[in-house]
Amino acid sequence: MFSYYLDLAWRSLRRNKVLTALMVVAIALGIGTCMTTLTVLHVLSGDPLPGKSAQLFYPQIDPQDLNGYRQDGDPPAQVTWIDGMNLLHAKRADRQALMTGGSVPLQPEKAGLEPFYTDSRYTTADFFPMFDVPFIYGRPWRGEDDDAKSRVVVITRTLNDKLFDGADSTGRTLRVNGSDMRVVGVADNWRPSPHFYDLNTGNYSETEDVFVPLTTARELRMSRNGSMDCWGEGGSEETLETAQCVWTQLWVQLDSPAKAAAYKEYLVHYSQEQKALGRFQRPANVRLYDLMGWMDFNKVVPSDVRLQTWLAFGFLLVCLVNTVGLMLAKFLRRAGEVGVRRALGASRRDVFMQLLTEAGMVGLAGGILGLLLAVLGLWLVRRQPADYASLAHLDASMLLMTFLLAIGASVLAGLLPAWRACQVAPALQLKTQ
Amino acid sequence: MQIKPVLSALRRHKAGTLLIALQIALTLAIVCNALFIIQQRVSHLSRPTGLVESDLIAVQMRWVGSKTDFIPLIKTDLATLRSAPGIEDAYATNSFPLRNGGWSMGVRTNPDAKKSITQSTIYFTDEHALATMGVRLVEGKNFDAGDIHSLDPKTSIAMPKVIITQALAKKVFPEGSALGKTIYITQEGKPSTVIGIVEKLQVPWVGNWAAGFDDNSIMIPAIMNSDFLIYLVRTKPGQQDAVMKTVVAKLQAVNRMRVIPEKTGLRSFAEVRRNAYDSDRGMAIMMSIVCVVLLAITAAGIVGLTSFWVGQRRRQIGVRRALGATKNDILSYFLTENLLIGGAGVIVGVGLAIGMNMWMMAQFEMARLSVLYVFVGVVVLLLLGQGAVLAPAMRAARVPPVEATRSV
Repeated sequence: MFSYYLDLAWRSLRRNKVLTALMVVAIALGIGTCMTTLTVLHVLSGDPLPGKSAQLFYPQIDPQDLNGYRQDGDPPAQVTWIDGMNLLHAKRADRQALMTGGSVPLQPEKAGLEPFYTDSRYTTADFFPMFDVPFIYGRPWRGEDDDAKSRVVVITRTLNDKLFDGADSTGRTLRVNGSDMRVVGVADNWRPSPHFYDLNTGNYSETEDVFVPLTTARELRMSRNGSMDCWGEGGSEETLETAQCVWTQLWVQLDSPAKAAAYKEYLVHYSQEQKALGRFQRPANVRLYDLMGWMDFNKVVPSDVRLQTWLAFGFLLVCLVNTVGLMLAKFLRRAGEVGVRRALGASRRDVFMQLLTEAGMVGLAGGILGLLLAVLGLWLVRRQPADYASLAHLDASMLLMTFLLAIGASVLAGLLPAWRACQVAPALQLKTQ
Repeated sequence: MQIKPVLSALRRHKAGTLLIALQIALTLAIVCNALFIIQQRVSHLSRPTGLVESDLIAVQMRWVGSKTDFIPLIKTDLATLRSAPGIEDAYATNSFPLRNGGWSMGVRTNPDAKKSITQSTIYFTDEHALATMGVRLVEGKNFDAGDIHSLDPKTSIAMPKVIITQALAKKVFPEGSALGKTIYITQEGKPSTVIGIVEKLQVPWVGNWAAGFDDNSIMIPAIMNSDFLIYLVRTKPGQQDAVMKTVVAKLQAVNRMRVIPEKTGLRSFAEVRRNAYDSDRGMAIMMSIVCVVLLAITAAGIVGLTSFWVGQRRRQIGVRRALGATKNDILSYFLTENLLIGGAGVIVGVGLAIGMNMWMMAQFEMARLSVLYVFVGVVVLLLLGQGAVLAPAMRAARVPPVEATRSV
C-alpha cells in the first residue's frame, strides 16, 4: 500500500510543479539555515575531551585581601604561583598540572626559514597524560624535568613538519627564545575545542605548537600571554613567583565523585590553613567545577551564535507555516479526487495516510536540498575570520538530524491539511461535480 | 468597497486565513528585529576613530635575538621610515584604534583615591604621532622632541606631560578646561600635566566591554623598550600601495633580527577596520539575507494560497461579473481581503516583535526596539501582501461572466 501511496504522491506532486517547488524550497531554506546554525552551536558547545571531561576539574581558591570583599563573590579565575605550586606538590589529585600560555621566538636551523614567533604553553608533566595528548614520536617530559628545570620541549606535528620535515625529531635541538632546548616528544594533531584549559587566550583558539616545562619557562623569562589579576602590592613580570597576582591555571584529574568531594574539602582545608598562616585574609571560598561546568560558567559559546540559532528556528517556523498553507491549498483542491477515493471504499485513515506520505515526500526533497544549503552555509561560516570558523563541519549525527528534522517538520506541517481534506463528505463532493 | 461580504467569505476559509495572518505576524516580528540588529551593527562598525584613515599603514613586529636594549634600533627604524620616499611621517607605539588589544589604566585626580574616576587607554606616542594619525588638536600644544622619554618596562609609565582626548577631559574635569590640570594614571602618585586635548581618538577595543570608555585615550610621550612594537606610517597621498610593497623589505634591510608576521604584520588601515568589525559585518549580512528570504517566502505563500482561492471561486466570480460587477470590483475585492488578513497579521506581529525584542534584551545584550522599525516593518509587509496578491487578483478579474453558466 505504501508504494501505491508513493506513486500517488509522485503523480500529484508532478501535476503541480510550481506549488511543489515552492514547498520544497521553503522547507529546504528553513532546514538549511537551521542546520547551519545548529551545527555551529553543536561544534562550539561540544565536549572537548569526550569520555574524559567528567574526571577533569578546575579548582579555584580565593587568596585576595579584604579590599572589595563580597560574601557571595566568585573566587578568581586563576591561581597564584605559590598556591599553584603548593597544590601541585601536594599531589592530592590523581593527576594535576599547572600552566599558562605565552609566545616564543623560534630560530630554526633549517635553511631558508626565518625566525618566527609561535604560541607556547608552559606547563607541568601531567598535562599530557591528563588530557590524553597523543604522541607520534617520543614521550612527554617527566616530573623530574619540572623540578630540574630541564631544557626540554614537546612540539606538535605541525611544527615538526615545518622544522624537521616530519622526521622523528626527538633528541634534536631547537632554539627557543634564545636557548637551546632538546625535543623530547612530538604530539600528534590535537585540538580540543573549546580551548578549555586556558580560555584567556581565546575560547576556540588552536592548540599551542610548543610545550615547555613551566619552571624552565620562568627561569628563562619566556614571554607570557593571558590575563593577570592583582591586588594589594601586586607585582611585575619579574616577580611573578611572589606576586599577589593570579596568573596560572590549575587542572586536576579526580577519577571518582568521592575523590572530587574529598578534593573540595581539601581546598577548604588548604584555604583555612593559609588563613591561619596569615597569607589569606578572606574566609575559605572554593569552587571545583568539572570541565563542562567551567565551560558553562564562562559562557564560552558566543552570544551571536546563540542568537543566530534562535533566529534560524524562527525562520524555520515561518517556512513551516508557509508550507502548511500551501499544502492546505493543494490538498483541498483535490477534494474531488478524495471524494472519489472515499466513495470507492477508502477509509478516512487511508486517505489521511496517503496525504501524509505526500507531505513526507516533500519533506525528504526539502531535506536533501536543505542539506546542500547547509553545506553551503557551513562553507560560508568557515570563511569567516572567527577563531571557531575552521571547526564548522557537518558530522554524522548532524546529517541524520537534518533528515529527521526535515521529514518530521513536513509531516507535522501536513497534519492539519490532511485532516481537513479527510473531512470531505464523499457524496456532497461527488454531487457538486 | 464593502467589507462585510469579504469577512463572511473569510469565515469559510478559516484555516487558510489564519495561516496567512500567522505567517505575516511571524515574518513581521523577525524582520523588525533583524532590521534593528542590522542598524545596530552597521552604526557600530561605522563609528569614526578620530584618525584620517586613508594613506595610513600599521606595521606590527617583534625583535628576536639576544639584545635587550631596543630603543636605538627603534630610533634607527623611525629615521629610515621618515626619510623614505612616499612616506609622510611615522611613529612607534604599543597600540592604535581598532587593534583590539592594548593597555587600559584608571584615571584619578586625587593620588590617594582608591577608586579611579574612569578607565582610559594608554597610547605611547611622540611628537610625530598627531601628524601621522591625522588626529586634530583642539586645545593646548603637541609634544616636542625634548618631551619624549625612553621607557623601561619596569618603571612607571606616568610621564610629566600627557595629551588626552576631549571625551576623557570632559569626564575627568566636567567643569572648565582640562588644560594644565593634573591627572594620576598609576598607583605611585606621580602627576601628569595635560598639555593638549585632541578632538577624538578611539580606544583599541571595539567590543562591548570598552563601551563605557570608547573615546578615553591618553597619549604618553615615550618610546617603550619592548620587543613588541608597532609603527604607524602615513604615506604621501595616493602612495599607500607603493609603500606597502616596499616597507617590510626596507625595515629588514636595516636590521634582520625581527619578525613581522605574515597576516597581521603589515596592514593598511582599511584592512584594520575590516578585521576589527568582521563579526558585526557578518551578522548584518546574515540578517539582511534572512530578511529578504523571509519576505520572499511570505510573498510566495500569499501568492500560492490566493491563487488557490481564486481557482476555487471562479464560479462565484463569474456570477458576480454576470450580475454587473466590474473587473475593478473583483480586483479590489481580493486586495481588500488581503489587506484585512494582513492587518490582522501585523497587529499580532507588532506584539510578537516587541515580545521577541524583550526576550532578546533579557538573553543577549540588546537595546530596546525603536518604534520606527516596527512601523517600517508594518508598511513593508502590508505593501508586500498587496503586491503578492496583485497577480492572482488580476487573474480573477479576467474571469469572464460566462463562467457563471458553466459547470466545472
